[in-house]
Amino acid sequence: MKKLTAMLLAFGLLAAPVAFATPATDSLLVKYKSEGAGKADPAKAEQDWMREVSVDGELMACATCHGSDFAKSGKHHKTGKVIEPMSRKVNAERFTDVKKIEKWFKRNCKDAWGRECTAQEKTDFLTFLLAQ
Amino acid sequence: MRINMKTLLLLAGLLCLPVAVQAEEQYSDWMLSISRHKEFNPVKNATYSEECGSCHFAYPPGLLPSQSWEKLLNAKALENHFGENAELEADTLREVRAFARENAADKSYYKRARKIAVATENGEAPLRITEVRYIKRKHHEIPEKMVKGNKDVKSLSYCDACHTQAKNAVFDEETVRIPNYPDWED
Repeated sequence: MKKLTAMLLAFGLLAAPVAFATPATDSLLVKYKSEGAGKADPAKAEQDWMREVSVDGELMACATCHGSDFAKSGKHHKTGKVIEPMSRKVNAERFTDVKKIEKWFKRNCKDAWGRECTAQEKTDFLTFLLAQ
Repeated sequence: MRINMKTLLLLAGLLCLPVAVQAEEQYSDWMLSISRHKEFNPVKNATYSEECGSCHFAYPPGLLPSQSWEKLLNAKALENHFGENAELEADTLREVRAFARENAADKSYYKRARKIAVATENGEAPLRITEVRYIKRKHHEIPEKMVKGNKDVKSLSYCDACHTQAKNAVFDEETVRIPNYPDWED
């Protein structure tokens, strides 16, 4: 029985992040690995999501525009434009386009943190977000 | 002889027609369409709509002269696009910039675009549409409470907050609906 629970748990842990993966995210995670990223740390991404950094006198975090409920849409802090939900459970289009993912990682890391994200940070974020 | 001449003319005409249309597509569009040349040329480029429109209303390029678009749409400028990073890949940027320049106010036959071209002829090319004299004058009489003080408008930059047909590049008075001020009339 214990063995079965352990097996189920292991299976669950393995399956969870993969459940909402897409060909785009698979190829990006491979790319980040080749750029030096180690094992994904979704817990760190969860903390980082809320971490506020002062950029041009404004406190910015990922959650500033995306919110912290991944099933709900967010709002651009300046233009007010609606940002579709991050969760693939409600937004099937999310994380299906390599170019888009890279484009927004680049822009948003610079806007929210004043610098580009590292391959490790992108691995953490992507793994964390895919499980939402 | 007469028949031959007619046939010849017909043939010549048929040959010329597609060439002429192709060469001056914009101009012939303008000539043939009574309603559309009043406003702006609508945004007809999927990349432009997608890239600009993912953050804000995709402004029809006729709202600014080509010099303004040159200043706005280059790699350096997009790193800080009104305080936001809006970097584009080189290929995408090329397409977006080409579309904006080709349809800019000074390249357009549409009436409002012409007015903007005239208003921006002299002096520095503006970076903001709201700095264009023609735009300022057109919005001059609207009280601040309906724009800045209106939570559903906030700024003149949000064209489509009031211009219900903005996405079709139509900005006439009949299509204006100011949120929270249903009784407004110019």
